[in-house]
Amino acid sequence: MNALEVNNLKKTYANGVQALKGISLNIKDGDFFAFLGPNGAGKSTLIGIISSLVNASSGEVKVFGTSVQTSRSKAMSHIGLVPQELNFNQFEKPLEIIVNQAGYYGIDRKTALHRAEKYLRQLQLWDQHDKISRMLSGGMKRRLMIARAMVNEPRLLILDEPTAGVDIEIRRSMWEFIREINENGTTVLLTTHYLEEAEELCRNIAIIDHGEIIQNTDMKTLLGSLDVETVILDVREPLSTAPQIDDMKLHLRDPFTLEVSLPKEKSLNALFSSLDNERISVLSMRNKANRLEELFLRLVDSGSTT
Amino acid sequence: MNASVNWTGYKTIVRKEVVRILRIWAQTVVPPAITMTLYFIVFGNLIGRRIGEMGGFDYMQFIVPGLIMMSVITSSYGNMVSSFFGAKFGRHIEELLISPLPNWVILAGYVTGALARGMMVGAVVMVISLFFTRVEVQHPLVMVSVLLLTSIVFAMAGMVNAIFANKFDDIAIVPTFILTPLTYLGGVFYSISLLPDFWQKISAFNPILYMVNGFRYGILGVSDVPIAWAYAIILAFGVILASLCLWLLHRGIGMRS
Repeated sequence: MNALEVNNLKKTYANGVQALKGISLNIKDGDFFAFLGPNGAGKSTLIGIISSLVNASSGEVKVFGTSVQTSRSKAMSHIGLVPQELNFNQFEKPLEIIVNQAGYYGIDRKTALHRAEKYLRQLQLWDQHDKISRMLSGGMKRRLMIARAMVNEPRLLILDEPTAGVDIEIRRSMWEFIREINENGTTVLLTTHYLEEAEELCRNIAIIDHGEIIQNTDMKTLLGSLDVETVILDVREPLSTAPQIDDMKLHLRDPFTLEVSLPKEKSLNALFSSLDNERISVLSMRNKANRLEELFLRLVDSGSTT
Repeated sequence: MNASVNWTGYKTIVRKEVVRILRIWAQTVVPPAITMTLYFIVFGNLIGRRIGEMGGFDYMQFIVPGLIMMSVITSSYGNMVSSFFGAKFGRHIEELLISPLPNWVILAGYVTGALARGMMVGAVVMVISLFFTRVEVQHPLVMVSVLLLTSIVFAMAGMVNAIFANKFDDIAIVPTFILTPLTYLGGVFYSISLLPDFWQKISAFNPILYMVNGFRYGILGVSDVPIAWAYAIILAFGVILASLCLWLLHRGIGMRS
């Protein structure tokens, strides 16, 4: 059974903006699915419709076979949502927030307290459980929303930019937590602007732009379609022009920095050997962007020019 | 959804509301206690002595039911409008909107919370009144039922206000321009038999008149209106407001896009 089925979903807001233009999407049970797109592409609208916060204009969404439109209560019992914006009462304490959320899903108070402690500990928030939430740091507030979304132990966890504004150390610990949840059987739908995050965690991916799905495949296939990778080289001696090397595009960013577009079939050895012939000494090398970021930009750019 | 999920959800909303009321007791329970004490001192004691009897009772005794009812109406309405609008404004209403709870459970939970504050405040005002006068409750069932039903009606009216409100100013407009004038003109401080015919007829269109008099009948055994009419008006408003609240929640007006 699919965890999520989206069929020909359309949404036009009252101001006339057509946020979704008939998208269809399936996410398998147990998947870790990335849903990417530039700002305003329609990601949050789709998440809003799945979680019943936004009413669809037409089309249907099913969560584990249950229609959100016709059997909202049953469909919602499968979902945990971590929204993009903070949406908890900042005058309440983390423990209160999580236990109350459990109550809304019919979980008795004793079980709710037990689960709240479990998830607050796993997300390194237990020390803060009795403090007013307003006093928590930005990263702690985001983790609190993850703990809250987990308290009903959902079969489908939706994470709408869960690591926005979180430092890299906390972000990585959040990745570990989410990965473990997925390994334990929870289907995860992730939207993020950190493409490294999607590449690291997700098995399947869809990219949305201007309300339409422009790519829907597995991560390996998508990354395999990348035919050129761009690397940045820092050179020892200043250069006045970029050297000419067959089948490669070299661009001089500044006298000490070269940007090289390397076709997939070309090896790094070939690049270094050619640079060696030109008597150019390379001090260090890094990727201009991660592979998914390159593909994402290319897909979105081509979408906006067509 | 099964009944146990709904029951647990309902209890959770009520508990959350009661915890909120008690946490901010200085804003929820103390102000009406102070205001009503002043009413008892100024209107009941100082001015009331010069007024003499009204409706066959000492003026202080006469205003006790009205003042209790006025504080219950204001507190029930105020609790719902501030709590629900606060949840909407802070977006934590989404916690409930994405949950499996049906709308009627959300409505029932919030109404019970508002009812709890109304009853807390009503009990405090009743205790304060005992420092000024003594009343013997004539019809306890009528007193309790009219008080509960009125509190529920105004809690639901508060929800309608909260749903349509877009900013904090919007939740002050109805209490200031509609609720307070109707309450003051609803027979809290006087019997409408003192009014000229024309104003008596106009007063008959004020629903709060029936609630205050229904409650006064419960406590003192006297009323300016037939008690059956009081129940009919309260129940009619209850049904209309409950239907309106459920429809607004179903449509997600002001909450779902």
